[in-house]
Parts: sequence; structure tokens; C-alpha cells
Amino acid sequence: MQSAAETDEADERSGGPPPAGKGGGRAPGPLRRRLSRHWYAWMMIAPVALVIAVIVGYPLARGLFLSFTDANEANVERTIGVNTIEATYEFVGLDNYAAILGDSMFWGRLGWTVLWTVACVSLTFTIGLTLANMLNRKVRGRAAYRIALILPWGIPAFVSVFAWRLLFNERNGLFNAVLDGGGVEGIAWLGDPTWAKVSVIAVNVWIGVPFMLVATLGALQSIPGELYEAAEMDGAGPWQRFVNITMPGIRAVSSTVILLSTIWTFNMFPVIYLLTRGGPGDSSEILVTYAFRLAFLESPRDFATSAAWGVIILLLLSAFAVVYRRVLRKQGEVW
Amino acid sequence: MSTMNTPRTSTDSSTGRSARNGSTGRSDSADGTDSAASGAGAKPKRPARPAESGSRRHRSPLASFGLHGGLLLAAFIAVFPPLWLLATSFKPNSDAFTLDPVRNFTFDNYSHVIADTHFLDWFGNSLLVVLGTTVIGVLISSTTGYALSRFRFPGMRPLMWTLLITQMFPMAVLIVPLYNLMAQFGLLNQPVGLIVTYLTIAVPFCAWMMKGFFDTIPVSIDESGRVDGLSPFGTFWRLIMPLAKPGLAVTGFYTFVTAWAEVAYATAFMTGEENLTLAGGLQTFVNQYSADWGSMTAAAVIIAVPAGIVFGFAQRYLVSGMTAGAVKS
Repeated sequence: MQSAAETDEADERSGGPPPAGKGGGRAPGPLRRRLSRHWYAWMMIAPVALVIAVIVGYPLARGLFLSFTDANEANVERTIGVNTIEATYEFVGLDNYAAILGDSMFWGRLGWTVLWTVACVSLTFTIGLTLANMLNRKVRGRAAYRIALILPWGIPAFVSVFAWRLLFNERNGLFNAVLDGGGVEGIAWLGDPTWAKVSVIAVNVWIGVPFMLVATLGALQSIPGELYEAAEMDGAGPWQRFVNITMPGIRAVSSTVILLSTIWTFNMFPVIYLLTRGGPGDSSEILVTYAFRLAFLESPRDFATSAAWGVIILLLLSAFAVVYRRVLRKQGEVW
Repeated sequence: MSTMNTPRTSTDSSTGRSARNGSTGRSDSADGTDSAASGAGAKPKRPARPAESGSRRHRSPLASFGLHGGLLLAAFIAVFPPLWLLATSFKPNSDAFTLDPVRNFTFDNYSHVIADTHFLDWFGNSLLVVLGTTVIGVLISSTTGYALSRFRFPGMRPLMWTLLITQMFPMAVLIVPLYNLMAQFGLLNQPVGLIVTYLTIAVPFCAWMMKGFFDTIPVSIDESGRVDGLSPFGTFWRLIMPLAKPGLAVTGFYTFVTAWAEVAYATAFMTGEENLTLAGGLQTFVNQYSADWGSMTAAAVIIAVPAGIVFGFAQRYLVSGMTAGAVKS
């Protein structure tokens, strides 16, 4: 069959040259042969290769470059009227990185970002899996529950965040009105550093649970029921069934969604930016929102430091992905 | 547990079934045996009809109470904030924070938002950006997905890795250089600038998902097309694309939802009242200078409804596409 032939070929050519047909450097004979054989595949990937090269590759390279300079709003190339002012920023080597890593502010932000990511991912996953387990039973009104539980996913995050701001509002919001009614003094949900952190985590969990729910529910449904029946017959209790059948059954899916969700949460911009603007002070600012603040909200805009923050974030995430993958592989996961 | 089918029926059943219970993609991935190498020609496995794991006939009243209680509570928490937003949007601005249900029902907020603010401009901008992104994104990611699914070609592996890794890029590392790039080409405040930017977010993911969908379409269909004298492009365009409609719909929906809800780039690249997109515009109602909660809620409802409808159609496919694509790597 074709697939077998293709597999061999793929193995033979693994580690081939990068896309966009840069197969040069070899004798023209084989090149032409490969061109005539693969030109349609290359044509088909060309638009995407181009898009990625131009608006991911170039900015990435440029961002890396900027992070080694002292570029800011005042010295980058800019156009005022018909005059173009030349860029005057200079190469400063690793100074930006040294400054960032030597600053306790960075470590504080990093600590909070890690806490935020771990809290959000573990809470969303636990809640999502619990609800999926409940929904995976024969329960009356299951379809209605499902729709209700998925609803937060269907609303753009920036809209939900404003709905929550309405509820969190310190003077007039619903939560504080309820607390008042119970004789408890209102809480500065978004104004107090600790409560602001609790609030952003709560909102992000609220937004993230539906994805986890749907993903794990699908995984649960693919576990054949006979396994449970057999286990039950052998006298396995509910917890044993959960640990020995459910958990292995959903591993492939859960490892993927946890990885995805970790990356998304680490980079989650809208929730924090729109809910607290990183405040009060910078107490709820994660790395990504802080990098955004440096480049677009502070004055003068500090492009170089922001780029350096971006590079650091990318390095952290890559390191995480590699470690995560290695751990999974060690546990026998082919991924 | 899994039975082999002829390729054609397994395709039909996999797309059709996911419409019903949204589990197809994951049932493949839970098996975890389909690797990319065999993906192109492999016949997708079809697991036995998923059984209810907890189909206990006798559940004690207490357990039943706990189950419904838990689900009701969760459903309430999930539904309440949007519902509150909806209710508030029908209250006059002076009542925005009253705790009663809507007492003085009014459409004032809506008419104010539509008539007296730039809301329609923002809506138009967003629509333009989103439609542009969706059409271009779906088109180019499906050709790429097809190439990745059907052909083994030099550069394939690097491309797949690039697609995977690109999903990991924090917006923070790209936003400054992109901003400068857009400024250079005069694309700030232009919908085109945002369309191009959003392609970077949507395309890697969509190409990945489309590959997953094409993998479920049997290669024999391509072969029959080639035998009948169609070019590779002809095969793709005339035979495979019509079969991949569900996949196209999903990637389309995904792109739509992503672009509709994006905040960071939209905030940074679009300035000036009439150039904003919805994400930027909504922020103008409630900021440090003003708090027009009535208009904000009305605008929020108008924004959420189209997204909600699109999402309602797409969500079942969405997850299966995501996890299938991700796990089959």
C-alpha cells in the first residue's frame, strides 16, 4: 500500500532540509528530481511556510535582536510627517537580561506566574474531570447540564471578564451586596493584592473548566463499559475503578490538554489585563502582561526590555515542554 | 474493542458520530496507536459504542441527591455571570447595580450603544478582520494539512515541528517586533495588519487539525482520482475538499472564535475611537475615567451572541479535532 512506501520514504528523508524548498546545496540532478517529485507538496505548504516565515520567523529573530539592544520609543526608526528619523539604539549585549535577572521584581513576577499557572491548571483539571465523571453517568437532564456547563467557553473571554467585573465591583457589586446582607464587611475584590489574585484565578478557572470538561468527557466515553463491569465483578471499589481504569483510560487526552492548558495559562493575557490591569500596583501582573505593559503602557515604551522578557518567557515554556515530554516518555507514553 | 471497517464507512461514521456525541477524536487518541507514519493510509479504528461508565441501576437517594446537587451548583456558577450581564443590560443605567431582577425593562442601553457610540464601527472592523482571517486561514491551513497528511516530502518534519512550537509562542515575544513591522508598513490601525497577525495564531493550529481530518479520509479516494487523470491539486480541490467539509467548518469556527476574542494585539495595534475592534471598544465603556456599565453590558451581549451561536455549532467538533490532532503527532 501507499502508506508503507511513504513510511519508508519518510524515514529515509527524516532530518531533511527545512520547508520552502531550500533543498539546495546538493547536486542539481537530484535536486531537479526531487523538485519534480515534490513540487506540489511544496506548493501546498508554501503559503503557510511563507506566513510563518514572515510574521513569526522574522519578528522572532527581530525580537531576539531587540532584546540585545537598548531600543525604546525614543530611539527606534520612526516617521514624523515626511521625515524619517533614523534608529539610534545601540547593541548592549546581555545587559537587558542581566538587569532583568538581577531584579527581584522579575523573580516576584515569575513566582506569581508559576503559582497562577499551577493553581489554574490543577483547579480547572480537577473540576473539569469531576464534572465529566458526574456527567458520564445516567443522569436526568444530562443534555441541559452539559449545555449549561459549557456555556462559559462559548462567550469571548473579554466579555466574561467584564461580567465578572460587574459582580466584583467593590462598592456596588453583587458579591459585596450579598456579603453585606450576611453582615460581613465587603471585600475589595480587585483592590486588595491577595483578593485580586484569588479573583483572577477564580475567573480564569471559570473560563477554563468547560474545555477540560469536554475533553475529559470525550475520553471517559471512549473507555469501554465492560472494563468497569469486569472490575466491579472482581470486587473493585469505586476509587479502585477510578485509579485503575479511568485514569489510564484518559491519560493520552489528559496529558495533552494539561500541556496545552499550561501553555495557554502561562500566556493568558486578557483575563488579568482586563480584570485588574495587573494591579493593584503590579501584584497580579504575570510575565506576559508585564512585558505588554513595558512595551505599550509605560512611558517611554521600553521595547528592548519587553523583548527580553518575551524571550525569557519563550525559553521557560520551551524548557517546560521538553521536560514534560521527557517525563511522559519515561512513563511509556508515545507522544 | 475496536473493529476495522472499510475506509469509506469509517470516515462516514467518524464524522457523523462526532456530531452526536463528540467523542470520535478522542476514541482514536485513547487507543493511542495511530502514529503519524501510518496515519495517511491507516484505516481509522472504530471503538465499540462507548458505554456509560456509571450506569448503575440502583443509586441510593443520597448519591442521587449529591450528583444532582453538584451538577446544579456547577451549572449555576457557569451560567450566572453571563445571565447577570444579560439582565443588567435591560436595566436603566441608574439601576445597573440593583440586585433586583429587571424592574424597569428597557432597551435604552442597546439603542444608546448602537446610535451614540462607535459600536457599529467596531463591529464592522471586527467582522472584517474575523472574516478575512477565517477565509484565508482555512484555505491555506487546509492545503498544508493535506500536504502533511498525504505526501512525504523533504521538510515535512521540520514543518510539523514548527507548527507545534509556534503554538507555544507567547504573544509577548512577537508583539513588539510585529508592532514595529506594522508601523513600518503603515499597517497600524488597518484591519489588514490584524488579519495578518491573527493568521500566525490560527494557522498553525488549524493546519494541525486539518491534517487530523484528512487522515480520516481514505487514501483510496485520492488514488481513484489520480487514476481518472486528475492532478494532485484537482484531487485535492474536487474530491477531498468536499469530503472534508466538517473539518473545514471546525477550523473555520476555531479561527472565528479566536480572532473574535483576541485582545492583546487588537489593543496594541488599533488606536483611535473608530479604528478599534470590539475587544478594544468594550474597554472604553468602563475604564479609569468613566463607568458606563449599562452600555458596556448591552455591547457585551451583542458581541457574545454571534460568538455563542458559532460556538454552539462548533464545540462538539472542536475538541475532537484538537485532541486528535495533538495526540496523533
